[in-house]
Amino acid sequence: MNLVEDVRLLLSYPFMVNALRAGTIVAVVAGAIGYFMVLRRESFAGHTLAVIGFPGAAGATWLGINAAFGYFGFCIAGALVIAAIPARHGGHSEESAAIGTVQAMALAAGFLFVSLYKGFLSGLNSLLFGTIIGVTDDQVVVLAVAGGACLLVLVAMARPLLFVSIDPAVAAARGVPVRLVNGAFLILLGVAAAGTSQVTGSLLVFALLVAPAATATRLTASPAVGVLISVAVAVLVTLIGEAIAYFSPYPIGFWVTSLAFGCYLLATGYRAIADRTRVRTA
Amino acid sequence: MIAMFSHPFIQHAFLAGTAIALLSGLVGYFVVLRGQVFAGDALSHVAYAGALAALAAGVDLRLGLFAATIAVGVALGLLGGRGVADDVVIGTVFAWVLGLGVFFLALYTAHGSTGNGAANVNVLFGSIFGISFGAAVVAALIAAGLIAVLLMIARPLLFASIDPVVAAARGVPVRLLGPLFLGIVGASAAEASQAVGALLLFGLLAAPAAAAQRLTDRPWPALALSGGLAVGAMWLGLWVSYVVPQLPPSFAIMSVAAAEYALAAIRPRLLATHAHRVDDTP
Repeated sequence: MNLVEDVRLLLSYPFMVNALRAGTIVAVVAGAIGYFMVLRRESFAGHTLAVIGFPGAAGATWLGINAAFGYFGFCIAGALVIAAIPARHGGHSEESAAIGTVQAMALAAGFLFVSLYKGFLSGLNSLLFGTIIGVTDDQVVVLAVAGGACLLVLVAMARPLLFVSIDPAVAAARGVPVRLVNGAFLILLGVAAAGTSQVTGSLLVFALLVAPAATATRLTASPAVGVLISVAVAVLVTLIGEAIAYFSPYPIGFWVTSLAFGCYLLATGYRAIADRTRVRTA
Repeated sequence: MIAMFSHPFIQHAFLAGTAIALLSGLVGYFVVLRGQVFAGDALSHVAYAGALAALAAGVDLRLGLFAATIAVGVALGLLGGRGVADDVVIGTVFAWVLGLGVFFLALYTAHGSTGNGAANVNVLFGSIFGISFGAAVVAALIAAGLIAVLLMIARPLLFASIDPVVAAARGVPVRLLGPLFLGIVGASAAEASQAVGALLLFGLLAAPAAAAQRLTDRPWPALALSGGLAVGAMWLGLWVSYVVPQLPPSFAIMSVAAAEYALAAIRPRLLATHAHRVDDTP
């Protein structure tokens, strides 16, 4: 067991270096955006956007275009559509039935593109459950540009976003453009979901978008510290997951979800113990 | 049109598909009415992990499918009384369950010998044109039995769904009905995933039911309509997929179901463009 040797071995393969670079970029963005997503209780939207990315990527591959454009195109378009839907009317149950129908339809469309592109069925698993093989230099550049832009916008709008997320009524009264902020955040979420899908696959985005953020909210109530913890957990989970996936026969999707779920369980356990001791000393 | 029924695989598909669709439509109506659409989402993840666990263990796929979905359905029903867990917990847990499914897939691929990729695609997106006569008969019989049980409990279930407090006061065993119903939903999910796959069963449960609820407020006609719309989606989808072989059956079925819901949702607006009607019953 020689950790230094193992890391050196990993870094000697260009595909692995690209995978680690892409994973780091994606994890930083997913950790930061995911924290706000959990705060705003929009994780269902995040999942829907990621699922919408699947037919985008499958369709792009079928047409011979870089899958990254399919992911970003469909996720951002999906975010614009969700943002354009006016304030919800009708029951909550009907709304989730509609979201479920949209998700199933998106998955079915993705499956159609995959089966139209003969011989690509093996790529289906990579699209749905992630892969560490085949991340190109171009893809890393696209991810870096998209992720950088995403983080800049997030930092610029962090203060109004936090305000709107915590108390929309007061924020509106103070003149914050609530609709604009909500719409802009959904687009950021679309970019984050598109990036995350390329590492974890469309079905497992929750591992990076939700689990690190949920871990952070169990550990601290401060938004600034929370974002940092969320980003750190996401990056750690991704890098360790990718490294184990390289040395083991089991795919990255399993390792990243298991590690993220483990972090969440640990944080939940810590919270429970901390609360109990506080009650006892009080 | 008649000629297509000379193929045995079409006969098997229609036999299994009709029974499964009717079951999904009827069960789906209560799922949407009771606001338990999230259970459908959860069960689709569990169905995938269960089926692949069975494959990895070398037993019949359906054994794992039914065992996992019924167990989780009943468990959700038993937990349901104590407040529903929030979407963050559900999302994190079920991303991990899917990750486990990927783990079993890798186990199966490592130890199995033939047809691995196809088995995975069949679990995810169904293979109704590949169903054998024996499997079709078993699926139809199970569906018939579940429909019979559902119709037997339909009256108290409807009462308990619309007003649980009054129903409990009138002596309806509300606590027993919840887990029993979700057990039926679990078994229906296992049935539906044989037709349209684990990822799309959610759509077959939700779309016809949501469309039926849009079209009528009265419970019994809505229940019948939901079953009818699901069967219609199945028949039309199977026919389209037969005529246009490039379209996978699960995609065609899902498209028809989604179209039904979309038409039902925009119907009031279509009617409104005609001059005002005398009455506005939907």
